[in-house]
Amino acid sequence: MATLIGKIRFIAGALALAFLIAIAAPASPASAQVNPTASAVKEQQLLNQLQGGVISGRVSIPDQKSANLIHPAGREWRRFHEVTLVWLGGIVIVGMIALLVIFFLWRGRIPIEGGRSGRKILRFTGFERFVHWLTATCFVLLGITGLNITFGKRLLLPIMDAHAFSEWSEFAKFVHNYISFGFTVGVLLMFLMWVGQNFPTAADAEWIKRGGGILSKKGGDHPPAWKFNAGQKMLYWLVTLGSIAMIVSGFILMFPFYGGLNIGNMELAQVFHGVVAMLFVAMILAHIYLGTVGMEGAFEAMGEGTVDENWAKAHHPLWAKEEAARGPRGHEPLVTPAE
Amino acid sequence: MARMKFLCDADRCIECNACVTACKNENEVPWGINRRRVVTLNDGKPGERSVSMACMHCTDAPCAAVCPVNCFYTTADAVVLHSKDLCIGCGYCFYACPFGAPQYPKVGNFGSRGKMDKCTFCAGGPEADGSKEEFEKYGSNRLAEGKLPLCAEMCSTKSLLAGDGDVIAQIYKERVTKRGYGSGAWGWQTAYRESIAI
Repeated sequence: MATLIGKIRFIAGALALAFLIAIAAPASPASAQVNPTASAVKEQQLLNQLQGGVISGRVSIPDQKSANLIHPAGREWRRFHEVTLVWLGGIVIVGMIALLVIFFLWRGRIPIEGGRSGRKILRFTGFERFVHWLTATCFVLLGITGLNITFGKRLLLPIMDAHAFSEWSEFAKFVHNYISFGFTVGVLLMFLMWVGQNFPTAADAEWIKRGGGILSKKGGDHPPAWKFNAGQKMLYWLVTLGSIAMIVSGFILMFPFYGGLNIGNMELAQVFHGVVAMLFVAMILAHIYLGTVGMEGAFEAMGEGTVDENWAKAHHPLWAKEEAARGPRGHEPLVTPAE
Repeated sequence: MARMKFLCDADRCIECNACVTACKNENEVPWGINRRRVVTLNDGKPGERSVSMACMHCTDAPCAAVCPVNCFYTTADAVVLHSKDLCIGCGYCFYACPFGAPQYPKVGNFGSRGKMDKCTFCAGGPEADGSKEEFEKYGSNRLAEGKLPLCAEMCSTKSLLAGDGDVIAQIYKERVTKRGYGSGAWGWQTAYRESIAI
């Protein structure tokens, strides 16, 4: 009895096995070689469909930046930083200096029309001057230390000891980072204290139409202007917008990868920071020229805070009239008595 | 002279991270710095592959090109090294590097990242070979002792290869021919502008 059950069991088992093999057989041809890479990820395929410029995966270490395996966009950024930015900066800065020299040779120092009257008008209060020079000092320091990053190794390193240049560059980097806070405060105050006088007026259209009168070789073309002429208003708004661009991109660069920023964002911030910086420096060079050697009587507005009445009448006629009508505030004769 | 390269055979890498550990131990790398790491692509999906990645010692290295103080140099073996005495920790090499190799010891507040650290191909730095100063700044200089980088030397599946580019390319080609498949030399196209024809 036991042997019969055993035989039945064996036959049933054999039948079941044969049935299973018969079912499974068509699915796996016995001789086919398994290719474990049939569905494997391929580098070229990933490079072709780059997601955000990087091939990234999973890593078991906390630093998630290291999950980026290959980031070919780094080469694009390199091209920008080593070629595009250098040429752009060189052209706009050297170009602006050349333009200013040519302009100076052609036009010379613009004199005060009718000479000095000896009567002075208060143009900028002590607070206004403080804010201007705070911003200006920070800008110059930021400009020099910033340009060092792009041009230092090209202009300074060949004439300096490598270690001395490294020390200077590290110092410059820290100056750049910390001075940015002073610049931010200065720009914010400057925006607030002058915003009211910098909205476009009807006089500005006339001023722009006559190119500010700057191109008349003989002088004497003085289009209307209030406290700030249309050119100064353009400078004001460009400084405001440029500073916002510099501050936002600069703070991103100073706090890298915060708030979920990835490497592409960081590179973009640097591109933005670099391009705006070069244009900004070139623009401020023109501003410095006009405020110093370019025009007689202009520097004292920001230096001592007062301007000569004849200068005010020529360059800011509407403002001069307004100040005269207002009475003694700034109009009291500050003239030093004759000896 | 040899042209030193790394090659990770992704079909052999088992993501054991022993190369990462070996590197940290051999070079006494500071806490938080990973000169080498293993990245798993398509994790948990069919066709998942792991690649061990560090500095690839690129031809015409982007890090060296963007460095504002020119602290990088290339050795006779084509290993890309840098001087920590000259580095100012600006972080630009990390933006330019296609492989995320440069590491910084500090969290980057106010630009105080500290001196950059990266894989040296176990070839130390500018200081005298095998000196104490060299070891403290850059780690081991195995190349000067006639040895290859430890990560590759102790790879249990011999997935990670280090050595002369022609030699390791030949080894990889033979493997691919013999087993009939290979997912390619990861990063070579980007680092050396050439790949291994399979």
